[in-house]
Amino acid sequence: MSEEVTKTPDAGEHGHDHPEGVAHHFDTATQQYEAGKLGIWLFLVTEILLFGGLFCWYAIYRAHHPEVFIYAHQYLDKTLGGINTLVLILSSLTMAWGVRAAQLGEKKNLVVMLTITLLCGFGFLGIKYVEYKAKWEHGLLPGTAYSPHEEEAEGAKEAKGADAGGAKVAEPAAGLPAKAADPKKGTEATVIAPSADGPAGLAPKTEGGTGHGESPKNVHLFWGIYFVMTGLHGVHVIAGMGIIFWLLLRARKGDFGPKNFAAVDNGGLYWHLVDLVWIFLFPLLYLIH
Amino acid sequence: METTNHEAHPEVGHVTPVDLLLKVWGALVVLTVVTVAVTWVDLGPFNLFAAMGIATVKALLVALFFMHLRWDRPVNGVIFLTAILFVAIFIGAVLLDTTVYQPDLIPDHAPAVNR
Amino acid sequence: MSTATPSAVEQAPGHAPDENYIKHGKGLMSWLVTLDHKRIGVLYIISILTSFMLGGVFALLVRTELLTARQTIVDADTYNQLVTLHGAVMIFLFVIPGIPAAIGNFVLPLMLGAKDVAFPRLNLMSWYLYVIGAVFALVSIAAGAVDTGWTFYTPYSTETSTAVIPMTLGAFILGFSSILTGLNFIVTINKLRPGGMTWFKMPLMLWALYATAIIQVLATPVLGITLLLLIIERAVGIGIFDPALGGDPVLYQHFFWFYSHPAVYIMILPAMGVISELISVHSRKHIFGYHFIAFSSIAIAFLSFLVWGHHMYTSGQSALASTLFSILTFSVAIPSAVKVFNWLATMYKGNIQLNTPMLYALGFIFMFGIGGLTGLFLGSLAVDVHLHDTYFVVSHFHYTMFGGPVMALVGALFHWWPKITGKMYSEFWGRMSAFVVFVGFNLTFFPQFLLGVNGMPRRYFNYPEQWTTLNVMSSIGSYVLAVGFVLALIALLQAIFRGPPAPANPWGAASMEWLCSSPPPHNNFDEPPRAGDPYDFSQVRYDEATQSYSFVDEKGE
Repeated sequence: MSEEVTKTPDAGEHGHDHPEGVAHHFDTATQQYEAGKLGIWLFLVTEILLFGGLFCWYAIYRAHHPEVFIYAHQYLDKTLGGINTLVLILSSLTMAWGVRAAQLGEKKNLVVMLTITLLCGFGFLGIKYVEYKAKWEHGLLPGTAYSPHEEEAEGAKEAKGADAGGAKVAEPAAGLPAKAADPKKGTEATVIAPSADGPAGLAPKTEGGTGHGESPKNVHLFWGIYFVMTGLHGVHVIAGMGIIFWLLLRARKGDFGPKNFAAVDNGGLYWHLVDLVWIFLFPLLYLIH
Repeated sequence: METTNHEAHPEVGHVTPVDLLLKVWGALVVLTVVTVAVTWVDLGPFNLFAAMGIATVKALLVALFFMHLRWDRPVNGVIFLTAILFVAIFIGAVLLDTTVYQPDLIPDHAPAVNR
Repeated sequence: MSTATPSAVEQAPGHAPDENYIKHGKGLMSWLVTLDHKRIGVLYIISILTSFMLGGVFALLVRTELLTARQTIVDADTYNQLVTLHGAVMIFLFVIPGIPAAIGNFVLPLMLGAKDVAFPRLNLMSWYLYVIGAVFALVSIAAGAVDTGWTFYTPYSTETSTAVIPMTLGAFILGFSSILTGLNFIVTINKLRPGGMTWFKMPLMLWALYATAIIQVLATPVLGITLLLLIIERAVGIGIFDPALGGDPVLYQHFFWFYSHPAVYIMILPAMGVISELISVHSRKHIFGYHFIAFSSIAIAFLSFLVWGHHMYTSGQSALASTLFSILTFSVAIPSAVKVFNWLATMYKGNIQLNTPMLYALGFIFMFGIGGLTGLFLGSLAVDVHLHDTYFVVSHFHYTMFGGPVMALVGALFHWWPKITGKMYSEFWGRMSAFVVFVGFNLTFFPQFLLGVNGMPRRYFNYPEQWTTLNVMSSIGSYVLAVGFVLALIALLQAIFRGPPAPANPWGAASMEWLCSSPPPHNNFDEPPRAGDPYDFSQVRYDEATQSYSFVDEKGE
C-alpha cells in the first residue's frame, strides 16, 4: 500500500515546483510521509476487522463448545507453535531494524535485515507446512474431511468407524428419508425429520469427553477454525514476504535512503501486523487449558 | 555493519535506537516463554485472561515500538484503537446473543441435508 | 502557501482555452491508465450507470412477473434469481460505490483545491477492482445465477446448486474497491486541505464523504470475511454456518448484518452530503445548522454499527439482543432527522430556484422522509414481527435507498454536469425527468406499503388474487419510473452532444470546485485557493457578460 515517491510524468506542466522526491499533488515531504502512514494504518484497520471476524468465530465456538477445543488442541504441537512465535518476533525485530537502516541510508544493513526477515518468513511457512502435513496424515481436517486416525483410545476408534461412514454425507443415516429433496431436480420438497440418532457426518457423542482419547461431538469445528485462521494468516505471511522481497530488490539497487524510506516503513508496518495476529493466534489455538 | 552517517538523518520520521529495538525484542522473547510456562499453572477461568493479558502486552510492545506509535502522530494510534474497539463491540454483542439463545437450541436436532 | 483568491475569470486564461482534463491525453488507453481523479470519476459514472440499467432491467422483469397473481413470464426458480440479481447488482455494483465513486472522486479534490486525491494509483486500482468484481458477477449470472436473495442466508446458500461462489467472490472483490476508495478519501481530507480550510470550513459534502469513508474502512472487511467463510463453507463444509455440520445460521446473519447495516449508511450519507450542497446552492442561502449537520454525519457513522440486529428480530436472535437493538435503532433516526430539519430551515426564506437539481433534492427530502419514518415502524420490535419480510420492508428500503441515493445521485449529476462535461443540459427535459421519476417512484412503491401491511411476503412470485390491483399499480409505476430515467439520460447525453458551453459557475455556488473552468483543467488548480465559507453566497456575483457567476474579491480578504 505504499506509494512510490517519484515524480509523475506531467510534473513539468504546472506553475509551482515541489520538493524533490515529493509527488506532484503533495506540497511537502512531511505531508506526503504522514499521508502514506495514515494510509497504511487505515489499511491495517481493515485487516484487523477482517481477522476480527475470525476471532469472533473462535470466541463463539470456544464459549459454547469448550470441550471441543480442550480435546482437539492437544493434537497441536506447542513446541512448533512456540518456535514459530519466536521466528516471527525475530522477523519483527529485523524489519524494524531494517526501517532504521533505510532511514539512515545504511544500504548493506538494510539488505541484511530484509533478507533475515524474509528467511524468517520462509522458516515460519516451513514449520506450518510440517504442522499441516501432520494434520493431513492424521485426518485432522475441517468439516466433512475430518476422519482422525492415529493413536487413539477405544472410544475414539469406534468413533472412527462411524466417522468413516459419516464422512460421506450423502449416505443417509438411519431414520432419514433416503435423499433429501433437491428442488432443482423437481422432486417434492419434504419436511426433513431430524435423525433419530443425531446428524450424520459427525462423531457420535461419548460420555465424559475431556480425556485425551474420548472425542466429543463436532471436533471438526475446531479444525475448521484452526485451518481457516492459520491459513488466512499464512496467506498474509506470503503476501508480506512478497512485499519484503520487492523491498529487498529495490534495496539492493540502492533505492532507499533518508529522503526515500516510506516504502520500507509502510511495508514493515504490514509485516508487524502479521506478527501481531500471530501473537494472539498462538495462545488461543495452541495453549488452551 | 556500516557506521551510522549522522548527516544521513531523515528529514521526516523518527529513528529508533538499536538498543531500544533489542530491548523490546528481548522482552517479547521473555513474554513468549512466560506465555508457554503459564500453561503449567492452572488458574481456572483466569487462564484465558492470563494468556490474553500477556498477548496484549506483547502486542503493545510491537505496536508502540516496532510500529512507531510511540512517536507517531496520535491519529495513527487512535485509528488502531478504534479498530480494536469495533472488533470488541462485534464479538461482545454476538457472544451475548449466542449465549442467551443457547438454551433454545435443541441438541442433535439439526437434520442432515444431502449435498 | 496560498495567495489571493483567483476569480474564475482570472483562472481560465492561465490555461490554453482548449485545455481541460478531457482533452488532456488522447485515446482510450490514456483513460484506462489515467491517474486523474476526474477521469476516474467519469469512468465510474459510466460503470455505475451501466450497472444501474442492468439492475433496473432485473427490476422491470420482477415487476412484470408480479403483474398477475400466478405465473406471468418466468417460473419460480427464475423469479428467485431475478430478485437476487436485482438486489445484488443494485447494492454491490450501484449504490455502494454510487455517489462516493462517481461524484466524490470528481468533486472531492476540487472542493479541497487540491490537485488529486492522496493516492491516485490506489484510486485507479479501486476502479479496476470494481470492474473485476463486476465481471465475477456477470460470470455468476451466466453460470446460472444465484437464487438465495442478495443476503445469501445460510443454510440455503451453502446448499443451493446455483453459482453462489462467483457472485460472492465478486462481492468480495467489490468490497476491496470500496475499502480503497474510503481509505483514499480519509487521507485526502485529513492531509490535503488547503491553508485556512479548517474542518468546519469544509463543504458538508466532504463531511459526508468522510463519515462514509470511516464506515467503508471499518465495516467492509467484515463482509469480506463473511463471504470468504461462506465460500469455504460451501466448498469444504467447515461447519461454521451450517447446522447439519454443527454450525449456526444465526451467526451468519450476525456476521452479514454487521457490515450490511452500516452499508446502508454508506449509501445514504454521501446522498445527504449532496443534498446539503444542492439545497443550499439552489436556495441561494447559507446552509442552516452547519455544525449540526457535520456532527450528525459522524454520529450516524458511529451509531450505524450498533443496530444491525434489527434485521434479525425473527431469526432466532435472543429477545434480549432484539430489545437492545430496537432501542438503539431509534437513536440512529435522530441524526438523520436533524439533517432534514436543517435542510428545511435552509430553504425557509431562501431564494429557491426550482431547477432540476433542486427538484431532485426536494424529491429526496419527501421520499427519504417517508422512508426514514417507516424505518421506525420496522425498528419497533413488536411491529416488525408482523412486518418482517413483507413488502413493507421492500417499500421502506426503496424509499430510503432509491428515494435517497438515487435521487441524490441524479440530482448531483445534473448539478455537477456543467463542471464535469463543460456543457449545460436542457432544463425542460431535466425537470420533466424529475417529475416523471417522482410520480413513477411513488406509484411503484407506495402501494407496496399497503401490500406489506396486508401481509404480502417479499421475494414471493405468486400472491393471493385480492392483491392484484395494488401489484398492477406498482408494476405500472415501475414502467413510468423507467421512462423518467430514460428522460434523465436523454437530458444528460443531449447536453454532451448539443448543449451550450457551461460557464465556470452557473449556479453561483461558493465552494472551490466552481473556481476552476468547466470542465476543469488537468491539474485543477495551480495554487490552492484560499478557503472561505463555502456557503457564503455574497462571495459570488452574477455577471451578465459571461452569463455566469464569478467570485469577487472582497476588500480585505
